[in-house]
Amino acid sequence: MPELKMAEAAAAKPAEAKVLAVQDLQAWYGESHILHGINFHVNAGEVVTLLGRNGAGKTTTLKSVMGIIGKRSGSIRFENQEIIRASSDRIARMGVAFCPEERGIFASLDVRENLLLPPTVRPGGLSLDQIFDLFPNLKERLASQGTKLSGGEQQMLAIARILRTGARFLMLDEPTEGLAPVIIQQIGHTIARLKSEGFTILLVEQNFRFASTVADRYYIVEHGKVIDGFANSELSANMDKLHTYLGV
Amino acid sequence: MQALYAQLLVGLINGSFYALLSLGLAVIFGMLNIINFAHGALYMMGAFCAYFLLNIAGIGYWWALIIAPIVVGIFGMILERTMLQWLSGLDHVYGLLLTFGIALIIQGVFQNYFGSSGLPYQIPDALRGGMNLGFMFLPIYRGWVVVFSLVICLATWFLIEKTQLGAYLRAATENPTLVRAFGINVPRMITLTYGLGVGLAALAGVLSAPINQVRPLMGADLIIVVFAVVVIGGMGSIMGSIITGFALGVIEGLTKYFYPEASNTVVFVLMVLVLLVKPTGLTGRAA
Repeated sequence: MPELKMAEAAAAKPAEAKVLAVQDLQAWYGESHILHGINFHVNAGEVVTLLGRNGAGKTTTLKSVMGIIGKRSGSIRFENQEIIRASSDRIARMGVAFCPEERGIFASLDVRENLLLPPTVRPGGLSLDQIFDLFPNLKERLASQGTKLSGGEQQMLAIARILRTGARFLMLDEPTEGLAPVIIQQIGHTIARLKSEGFTILLVEQNFRFASTVADRYYIVEHGKVIDGFANSELSANMDKLHTYLGV
Repeated sequence: MQALYAQLLVGLINGSFYALLSLGLAVIFGMLNIINFAHGALYMMGAFCAYFLLNIAGIGYWWALIIAPIVVGIFGMILERTMLQWLSGLDHVYGLLLTFGIALIIQGVFQNYFGSSGLPYQIPDALRGGMNLGFMFLPIYRGWVVVFSLVICLATWFLIEKTQLGAYLRAATENPTLVRAFGINVPRMITLTYGLGVGLAALAGVLSAPINQVRPLMGADLIIVVFAVVVIGGMGSIMGSIITGFALGVIEGLTKYFYPEASNTVVFVLMVLVLLVKPTGLTGRAA
């Protein structure tokens, strides 16, 4: 019964379900050593949140996975392929999509061009109709210059454009930063809906109240290392620790 | 009045070359952040390419219009791959010095073999002669240069401002890292952009060959004026460099008619005025 053994082995070793596995990730900006050995993983269909203070290395972690930090070492495996040496365009074409903290809306492109900019990397991305269903505001503003949108609309545009590409693994860097509560709520609904549709999401957040509404698991990043991790169900048990870590 | 129209036509012709060259410089500057001082030498190479095609291979003007920009464009892409790409992220002055050096080497090599005098290049049969417009006599070839340059300029504008490829280009000009993180091979796009800009210069060289003769220093004389045009128009804008190119050609032509003594300096006087009032140029965005 070799098949059964195989199935058991697969069940015992959940590596196959890991979309992203990061081991001993180190990264540098020029001469400064920012990440000192980051370890974490994200399973298929999960929303995982990196929490931590400003400057802890959360954004650098996302950028390292995306391949846009010049010097990095360790191991980053995406869908069981090593990508630590890959160029960022290749990583994107493998199905990793990134929504940067500063949103990265292009001023010289109108909203439609911004939305259509990222090329399709896999079949099965959201259609424009599905995107307008998620973000009705964008449909009204297609001809506007990208940076003429409000902060909330820009954030929606930044998320919307990576949903078109067919990438199933999304990295969102502080999607709620500086936004009004009603917009934060809308983004929360969007993330929940994406999760229910099977997207895997790696989130960086300062706003852990928001994170707690969408996340399955948390990792705490401090001084360029992951120092703790727990599931959402253990959140209340870890509240005291969390307050210490985040200084809130 | 005849003389005025004649000078206006000369102005439009010069304007065509200014526009094609400054357009290429603007595209290259936007994407590579390099002030391409080799542009004049590459323009000259376009003219020489047409000359060689005709005199060695017997290939005429019409094919030269297609082949020369491709050949010189490929030469440009090799320059970009082997040298210019290593300058990304450095100060403008490095790119300026490197391309200036490249220009001197290219021009020196051509001067070594062809001296400084001009080689003739015949107007193609179909564009010989002229027509009487009633108010002036229009040499057909000159009319062709103006119209064809305008078409090429507008096509380039359309490519950059209205197509998906152009959207990649504009986006990569703003934030190449993010565009690359969307899965677009930005380094390859940069190489192709340099090839496009250089190809435009070579095309201008072919157009100019029957009018100005083919000379190793034909680009060196022109490029100084073109840089003044670029400073006046501003580096950032595609349409701005087209309009400024044609407009300054016309202004130069008018000066030749009304006050010939100033015709060689009027562009530079305008440059100084613009720099004093609006240092980013008339249509330029702040860097």
